[in-house]
Amino acid sequence: MRDVFIVGIGQTAVGEHWDRGLRELGAAAIRDALADAGMERVDALYVGNMMGGCLNGQENVATLLADAAGLLPVEAWKVEAACASGGAAVRAAALAVAGGAHEAVLAVGVEKMTDGVPDTVTAGLATAADQDYEASHGFSFVALSALLMRRYMHETGRERGAFAPFAVTAHRNAQTNPRAMFREPLSAEDFSSCAMVASPIGILDAAPVCDGAAAVVVCAQSMLRPHHKPVRIAGSAVATDTIGLAERADILTLGAAAHSAAKAYQAAGRGPKDMDLFEAHDAFTIITALSLEACGFARRGEALDLAAKGCVAPEGCIPLSTLGGLKARGHPVGASGTYQIVEAALQLRGEAGPNQIKGARRALAQSIGGHGSVAVTHILEV
Amino acid sequence: MRAQRAVGIAGYGAYVPRFRVSTADISAAWRARGAVAPAVAEKSVPGPDEDVITMSIEAARLALDRARADQAAIGAIWVGTESKPYAVKPSATVVAEALGITPHLVAADMEFACKAGSEAMQAAVAFVGSGMVERALAIGMDTAQSKPGDALEYTAGCGGAAYLFAPADDALAVVEASVSHVTDTPDFFRREGAAYPEHGGRFTGEPSYFKHTLAASRRLLAEIGAAPADFAHAVFHQPVPKFVERVAEELGFTREQIRLGLVARRMGNAYAGSSLLGLAAILDVAEPGDRVFFCSYGSGAGSDAFAFRVTEQIRERRGGPSVGDYLDRGQRVDGYGHYLKLRGKIKRS
Amino acid sequence: MDLPRYHRLRSAYYRLEGQRCAACGKVQFPPRAACRGCRERNLEPYRLSGRGTVFSHAEVAQAPRGFAAPYVVALVRLEEGLLVTAQLTDVEAPDVTIGLPVEMVTRRLQEHGPQGYLVYGYKFRPVLPPREAS
Repeated sequence: MRDVFIVGIGQTAVGEHWDRGLRELGAAAIRDALADAGMERVDALYVGNMMGGCLNGQENVATLLADAAGLLPVEAWKVEAACASGGAAVRAAALAVAGGAHEAVLAVGVEKMTDGVPDTVTAGLATAADQDYEASHGFSFVALSALLMRRYMHETGRERGAFAPFAVTAHRNAQTNPRAMFREPLSAEDFSSCAMVASPIGILDAAPVCDGAAAVVVCAQSMLRPHHKPVRIAGSAVATDTIGLAERADILTLGAAAHSAAKAYQAAGRGPKDMDLFEAHDAFTIITALSLEACGFARRGEALDLAAKGCVAPEGCIPLSTLGGLKARGHPVGASGTYQIVEAALQLRGEAGPNQIKGARRALAQSIGGHGSVAVTHILEV
Repeated sequence: MRAQRAVGIAGYGAYVPRFRVSTADISAAWRARGAVAPAVAEKSVPGPDEDVITMSIEAARLALDRARADQAAIGAIWVGTESKPYAVKPSATVVAEALGITPHLVAADMEFACKAGSEAMQAAVAFVGSGMVERALAIGMDTAQSKPGDALEYTAGCGGAAYLFAPADDALAVVEASVSHVTDTPDFFRREGAAYPEHGGRFTGEPSYFKHTLAASRRLLAEIGAAPADFAHAVFHQPVPKFVERVAEELGFTREQIRLGLVARRMGNAYAGSSLLGLAAILDVAEPGDRVFFCSYGSGAGSDAFAFRVTEQIRERRGGPSVGDYLDRGQRVDGYGHYLKLRGKIKRS
Repeated sequence: MDLPRYHRLRSAYYRLEGQRCAACGKVQFPPRAACRGCRERNLEPYRLSGRGTVFSHAEVAQAPRGFAAPYVVALVRLEEGLLVTAQLTDVEAPDVTIGLPVEMVTRRLQEHGPQGYLVYGYKFRPVLPPREAS
C-alpha cells in the first residue's frame, strides 16, 4: 500500500446557516480544499453525510455535491457511518489512494441539521441507534449517552462535575477558532448547574445542532508539489461493535474505538505516548472519557483523573479538542469526522494560530458513530 | 341457563391502573361552591401508555398464572369493552399474541356497554360447557371516556378483570347457572366517531339499571331455587355505590354481602370491567363453599346474572397482586389539568 | 407505515421472547440468526421471565418525534444475565435507582396520531407487591 498525504484542507464555519443548504455548504468546503491543494480536479469525491435522506429528503448527496462543485463527471458516492461518516469518507479516500486506484481524492463531510425542527432532528439522530430495540422504544441519542454516563458515575463513584474539564477545555479552545460555533468560555460552575436534557446529561454536556462542511484532499507521493505542506496519514482503521448498547460485552468499553485505535497504532508503528494531541469524538463528555480509555490514555474508569490533573488542556499531556472539538466548534454530525482531520492537519502544519500545540508532530483523530457501534481512527504525522 | 357439562373459573386476574384523580378537583373546575359532594372521592385513571389492550394483557397473564393453565388448551378469548383502542381491529388478538396462545383459537371483541365483560363470560361458559374448547378467556376491561363537566366524569373510572373458564373439576369457583335479560332501552350510548357518550339522566335509573338488574337477578334466583340469604357475597354493576345499595336492598341482600365487591367506592365505575372487578375482589377472600351472586348491567340495555360456588382450589390460586393491592397503590394526579392531559381531553391540533 | 416491521417484532415486543441456544444453552435477546456465544444456528424461542434490576437509567426531557417527554429509559439487567434497553413505567424519575427490582409489562409504545396505528411492546416497572406469585 502506498503512502497517502493530506495536501489540501477546507472548512466552512460551523453554525446555523439559514442561507445555505447541503450543496452550498459542500461546494464551499470543496472549493476551499481544492484551492488549498492548488488543484482544479480530483479523481474521486467521497462524501460523508448522515442525515441528508432522513432529515433533508436528499439522498444521492455525493452526486449533488459533485454537481454543485463543478466536478462532473467525477467518481462520487456517499459514505455513511452515522456520526463517523466524515471520518469514514477520509478513510475511503485514503484507501483509494493507498491501493493505487486513484492519485488524488477529495473527502468532504457535510451536514445540514438546522432545517429540521427539534423533534425531527432528535428522531433523525436516533437512526444511528438500533431502530427496533432502541429508537422505536423512544431512546433518543442523548438518552443512550446518559445511560452510559450514569453507569460510569455509579461504578467510579464520581460526580457530574468531574466531567467538566472536557467541556471547559473545548470552549476555552474555541474562543480563538473563527470557524467555531460557540466562542464563549464555559466555567465548571456553569457546567455543573446547567439544565438537564436527559439526566445526568445536561444541556452543556452535549454538542449543538448545527450545519457545516469540511473537506480534505489526499494524494499519492507522485502528486506532491513544492507548495504543499503534506501531512501523512500514518494509520487509518475502522472497527464495529454491536449496534444495540445492551448487547455490548461491557457497556463502558468502547470496543470499536479500541480496536480501530489498536489497528491504527499498529499501522503507524506508534502508541498513545507518541500522540501530541487527540481530536476525540467529544459529542458528550462521557464519550470523551470513554474514548481516552479506549485509545490507551487511561485505564478503564480512570479518564476523569486525567481531566482532573489538567492533562486535556492545551498545555497538558494529551490536549483534546484543540480547536473546540465537537462540543464547541460544533458537531454537524456527518461532517465532524472531516473537521477533526482538517484541524489535526492545521496543527501538524503549524497553522493553528493561537490554538497551536507547540511542536505537534503526531495527531490522533477518532470519529465515532452510534455510541461506539462504529469507530474511525486516523493517525497523522509530519 | 346451564351448559352440557359443568364449568367454572380456573383462574382470575384483575387490573386497576395506579393513577387517581380527586373528584373534588373535578368539582372545583365545574361546579359552584357548596355543590353536592360527588358519589366517590376519587377514580382510577389510565397512565399515558395504558389502554384496554395493555390492561387486559396484565389481567389475563395473572389469570393464566393462577390457573397454571396449559396455554395450548385455550380455545377462545373475548375482550368486552366500550373503549376499544381501535374501532375496527380486535383487541383480543393483541392480547392473544401477548399471551402466546395464537393461532388456534376463537377471538373477538364484544360490545354491550357495561356488560360486555359478562357477555364474554356467557360465551366462555357456553364454549367450554359445550365441549367445543377446554379453556376460554373472558375479559371485561374499560378506560371509558366521559364528557368534561358531565355527571359521568365524576365516576367514570377504569380497570377490569380476566377470567379463565374451564371444566368444573379444574375450577376455583363453579358456575351453578346464568341468565341474561335484555331489551332495547337507549339509556346511554355513544355514536361511531363521537369522543364522549350521551345519557338520559334519570332515565338511566329505574327503567334501565334497576329494571334489568332486578329482572335478571330474580329470574336466576328462581331458576336455581335460591334466596339471597344463601349467598356469602353479592356483586352488581357499580355506576355509583348508591345504585348497588338500592338494588341489593330491593332484592334482599344485606350491606355486608355487597361490601367486598363494591370496589367503586375506591376507584369509580370501571364500565365493562366493573362487576368483573368486584367479583375478583370477592374471590380474593372467599372461602371454599361460599356461594357468590353476580349481576352485571349494560346500557342499551341488559343484565347477565351468574351464581358461583367457590371450591377448595381457591386456596392455591390467589398468588400475586390482589384487587386490594392494585387499589392500595393509588397515586393522586396533579389536579384536574393533569387528569385532562392523561385522558387526552386537551385539544392539541 | 412500518406495519410489517412491527408485525415481525411482535413476539419480541409483546412477550420479551428471545432465544435459547440448543447447543450451548445461552439465552439471548433480541433474536438473531446465530448464537452470540457459540455461533451455532440451533436456536429455540425462549420467553424471558421479565424480572430484573435497573442497571442504569436516564430521564428523557427532549423526546424524538412520536414520543411525549418526560419519560424514563433504562438498561435492565435481566434474571437470565443479559441487558436490555427499555422504557420504565409506573415510576417517577426521582424514585428510580440502580438496583431497583423491576418486572416486564406490555404497554403502548407508540401511537401514530389519533387515526394512526398503535405499537405495543415491553416496558419495565417496579415489582408490584406481593412478591410471591403462584
